[in-house]
Amino acid sequence: MAEGKHSKTVTMLVAMVFFMSGFSFALVPLYDVFCEVTGLNGKTAEGPAAISKAQVDTDRTVKVQFLTNLNNQAPWKFKADVYEMKVHPGQMYETSFYAQNLTADKKVAQAVASVSPGLAAEHFNKTECFCFNEQAFEANEGKDMPLRFMVNPELPKEITTLTLSYTFFELDKLAKQ
Amino acid sequence: MSEAVAHDDHDHGPEKGLMRWVRTTNHKDIGTLYLLFSLAMFMFGGAMAMVIRMELFQPGLQVVDPHFFNQMTTMHALVMVFGAVMPAFVGLANWLIPMMIGAPDMALPRMNNWSFWILPFAFTMLASTLFMDGGAPAGGWTMYAPLVLQTGDAFPFLIFAVHLLGISSVMGAINVVATIMNMRAPGMTLMKMPLFVWTWFITAYLLIAVMPVFAGAVTMLLTDKFFGTSFFNAAGGGDPVMFQHIFWFFGHPEVYIMILPAFGVVSAIIPTFARKPLFGYSSMVYATASIAFLSFIVWAHHMFTVGMPLAGELFFMYATMMIAVPTGVKVFNWVSTMWKGSMTFETPMLFSIAFVVLFTVGGLSGLMMSITPVDFQYHDTYFIVAHFHYTLVTGSVFSIMAAAYYWMPKWTGNMYNEKLGKIHFWLSAIFVNVLFFPQHFLGLAGMPRRIPDYSVQFTDWNMVSSIGGFGFGLSQLLFCYIVYATIRGGEKATDQVWEGATGLEFEQLPSPAPYHSFNTAPEVK
Repeated sequence: MAEGKHSKTVTMLVAMVFFMSGFSFALVPLYDVFCEVTGLNGKTAEGPAAISKAQVDTDRTVKVQFLTNLNNQAPWKFKADVYEMKVHPGQMYETSFYAQNLTADKKVAQAVASVSPGLAAEHFNKTECFCFNEQAFEANEGKDMPLRFMVNPELPKEITTLTLSYTFFELDKLAKQ
Repeated sequence: MSEAVAHDDHDHGPEKGLMRWVRTTNHKDIGTLYLLFSLAMFMFGGAMAMVIRMELFQPGLQVVDPHFFNQMTTMHALVMVFGAVMPAFVGLANWLIPMMIGAPDMALPRMNNWSFWILPFAFTMLASTLFMDGGAPAGGWTMYAPLVLQTGDAFPFLIFAVHLLGISSVMGAINVVATIMNMRAPGMTLMKMPLFVWTWFITAYLLIAVMPVFAGAVTMLLTDKFFGTSFFNAAGGGDPVMFQHIFWFFGHPEVYIMILPAFGVVSAIIPTFARKPLFGYSSMVYATASIAFLSFIVWAHHMFTVGMPLAGELFFMYATMMIAVPTGVKVFNWVSTMWKGSMTFETPMLFSIAFVVLFTVGGLSGLMMSITPVDFQYHDTYFIVAHFHYTLVTGSVFSIMAAAYYWMPKWTGNMYNEKLGKIHFWLSAIFVNVLFFPQHFLGLAGMPRRIPDYSVQFTDWNMVSSIGGFGFGLSQLLFCYIVYATIRGGEKATDQVWEGATGLEFEQLPSPAPYHSFNTAPEVK
């Protein structure tokens, strides 16, 4: 049949289709790389930063603000113990957040962190954070959750205020959806 | 059996009865199926638009509840984009490309049959969601995560319908490319091809490049919902904004998929009725190719407000503005083709001139929106709705109607009723402006899109817009009648049909075009 003379063209075109299908999934890791380079989204590291002995820059003070959000108005209490800290780059600080499960069921939750401005995200080092793991809560249980962090002295000079925002996601509900 | 093929010893006419349409591999039959299917979907999607305009006729909730309203806006867009505009252009491609390049049929006739017959199944699946628990998809045709993940039982139907539509368009596109690359008559060099063939050639590559990306994106939605992945779920390390990036990487070339063939249609019609060859043929080809290339690097202008680095906003702003250059070349060429031509104003020409004027209106509002800071005001308002309806209705749909009037005499052998055609044109052209022009004002005044109710200060223009909508909707019934009457009979068309018509289909084939044409390749001068 006529298909014979088209087989080369069609093979090439079908290969393009497969290539572009692969490309659509390759966009997922590419997107992360892109975000890291541009600081888009202010994603912070998902694991603890190595404890480094950086020079404390006492001449410089950076304001760090803490925000807490609940995803989908989930029945939780979630707040920062202090809303704002004045910190010196290079020095280690500790603060804590309080979360309470307001329901009579066991719940698992995950906090997701984001730093604004986005380009500052890579200079905000957390050595301990409740956001590294899923957090399990008994019914009506409330607990204090610690955060240890250091602002890297390499933080660009023009940034004087950092906002760290946590969004609390309830995981049980996601699993059931 | 047609007389014209009687001398063709090994040929036979169409099969008798309904099975002809199911089993056909003939490009003309499949073209007809596509065009009629698209007309049916145009009326179906139009009915949903009428519900939208009825609800927006006055403030408050009168006709439908907000959830159903959202289903209407979502389904209207899906049906019009994937059911009306795209199949109509594939139908035109099927009918015209083989006749224009002197080929006996499409390259892969069996696959051609399959790519059409997937469509009715896909749309049955999509339409059936209207009757499901939780209703049809209501999160907007762009299917933004995480909102779309709240869709009820309709969700998997939506995803699989999109998969089927993607498969159908990709198969259609492969067929078009193979036909154009391998089946041109001797002497039909690439730079001699009619512009409709050229624009479709480029469109087909766009389809092949972006439909798989779209399929990938909706597959990720599917696994996020049912298989516990977190592509777009922040709690699991994903990112909802990534969906918008992947979607618009498909979505922007998609809007050119819906307009490039329209450029081809208009470039065929205007020279005929201006009785002058097309001005700047090769610049038209290069302009089309540059628009296609640029379409891949401008996607984020749909999401300026989502949060982007300043450098990104500037890049996408300048890249978007650059598209105005090749588009301007095209508009200039059409106007120059008409300049000092011996113009007559038959219905296809009227629709084409309206296309040039009104598509430019849509293009200019697009240029306004490309400016990042002002887009922050326009984003998600009726200004956007006005913009893309000018490009898609007075752009794509008007060009499809122009094409239908222009080539119907060649397809059926009968002239349409010129008086009714002109009435249809004037009703459409007036009402479509009454319908969409006020939406510019509404958007600038701050009326958001996708809402069933609005503040009272928007009442007057919404009422005007709704009246235009009902008028435009009703006028299309006249179009259906004209198509029906032309298929049934009418004054016989000459072989050339139009005094100034050129191209193989008008110069070398009788009217109606025989069931099998160009079994021996024509002579191309």
